[in-house]
Amino acid sequence: MPDALAVTDLRKRYGATEALKGVDLTVRAGELVGLLGPNGAGKSTLVKIACGLVRPTSGSVALGGAIGYLAELFRFPDWLSADELLVLHQKLARSAGGVEERRRLLDLVGLGEVADRRVGAMSKGMQQRLGIAQAMIGEPKLLLLDEPTSALDPAGRRTVRELLERLRERGVAVLLNSHLLSEIELVCDRVAIIAHGELVAAGSPAELSHAGGVEVTTGRGVRVFAQATREDVPRIVRELVGAGEDVYEVRVLRSSLEDTYLEVVGGR
Amino acid sequence: MSAVLVIAGFALRESLRRRVFVVVALLTVAFLVLYGLGVWQIAGEVDEIGGVNGVQGDVVAASTLLGLAMFAILFLGAILAVFLTLGAVRGDAERGLLQPLLVRPISRATFLLGRYAAAASVCVAYVILVFLGAVLITRGFIDWWPDRVVVPALALGAAVAVLAALALAGSVLLSSTANGIAVFMLFGAGLTAGLLGQIAEALSSHTLAHVSRVTCWVLPFEALYQSALNGITADTFGFTRFAIDLGPFGGAQAFGPLLWPYAALYVAAVGAGALWAFRRRDL
Repeated sequence: MPDALAVTDLRKRYGATEALKGVDLTVRAGELVGLLGPNGAGKSTLVKIACGLVRPTSGSVALGGAIGYLAELFRFPDWLSADELLVLHQKLARSAGGVEERRRLLDLVGLGEVADRRVGAMSKGMQQRLGIAQAMIGEPKLLLLDEPTSALDPAGRRTVRELLERLRERGVAVLLNSHLLSEIELVCDRVAIIAHGELVAAGSPAELSHAGGVEVTTGRGVRVFAQATREDVPRIVRELVGAGEDVYEVRVLRSSLEDTYLEVVGGR
Repeated sequence: MSAVLVIAGFALRESLRRRVFVVVALLTVAFLVLYGLGVWQIAGEVDEIGGVNGVQGDVVAASTLLGLAMFAILFLGAILAVFLTLGAVRGDAERGLLQPLLVRPISRATFLLGRYAAAASVCVAYVILVFLGAVLITRGFIDWWPDRVVVPALALGAAVAVLAALALAGSVLLSSTANGIAVFMLFGAGLTAGLLGQIAEALSSHTLAHVSRVTCWVLPFEALYQSALNGITADTFGFTRFAIDLGPFGGAQAFGPLLWPYAALYVAAVGAGALWAFRRRDL
């Protein structure tokens, strides 16, 4: 199966500013990839180039099929109802889904009861959920979501998380650009961290949350073995017991994704 | 092609919802009522004076009044064209309205074509209908028909189609406010070129006439307007013609049959330039 998105040596220059400095990134079919990075790192530029909204200076973007997109700063015509907005996008995307597709998508994002409500009368959070629904019109192979939960309350975020997991089950790939590390850690298969226009780290959340030592509580107090990993625990316990110490608790320390993120983007 | 129609329909619906057409309709009704009152008043005076020294007073009055109406109609058409296209690209992109549509994906050419089709079709239909209304009002009070009706109506329509193309192209490069100002300045430049032509006629100045003519070719909406004006008294000669030419809407030039293909090429060139710039614009 072809990759949903393959970005190769992507560069973008705005005058003297180099927003992207040769980024390579692949999103496989059905994969949920989180894009992390500080403000101005080049994440939105990367997403916009993938959508065709921004022209790359060099490099290439290959798409495996139709895409759906929700911009960070989007707006829909306030005079359209939720249903009319989806009709417009169905026509443009040449989707034959009809009323069934619209009803299903609105139900999916929890807006089934307000299909006739005008966009202008919706809260920002409702508009964001409507934005996700419009991005899914035409059953795209890849969804590019730029801060899709920024205006959502915790319940709305959970809805989106569940939605993303359902999409993954259906084989839809997602590139999720978000500042919410916890959210990315919870739902993404892989994480790519961009800083200063470069891909500085990539891997699964577990890979990026690397081991950070072993903490052992003994009768003499807490001892930390900074370089140790999970595999070292039996040996450490054996040595301590052999040395006559009473071992009460052993904890394998892991740095969080946040720690890794701050480490690679130079946040501390 | 269907995407062009979807975009055009969307643009028209947006204008309807924003009550652009209601405002324009109210202004138009007000204009036609005022115009009718003016023609009615002047028709009475023409009847009292009658013809003088071989000059047909009713023809002079009616053609001058219709010329005035044509200027106002072109101005209203220009307002409509500008408001329908003002922020079509940069304005909508800055508000975040454009991006979700383009990602569908529809090409930028499709988008521009759709917006232009909506604006041009409405503006052309509008000026033709209002022109025909003005002709009927004039005829209602003064026993006169223009020498030509169809060609001047089409020329006025083509003039606003050119203005709509310029306004849409401007929306790619300029913010909404700057674009509105720029288009009305171009409109003013065309108007000035027409006035220069009239002054040149009165003074028999070849230099002024040349400047006027070149400017009209550069801004062909003015050339089309002048052709339309010229058309309504195309078969009027003698002292009556002389009297018409002395008036504010006399001395209009005919630009010949090449004007039509030139105007079409002009719109195509403006569209191509707009598309070139749009394709290079990061959104």
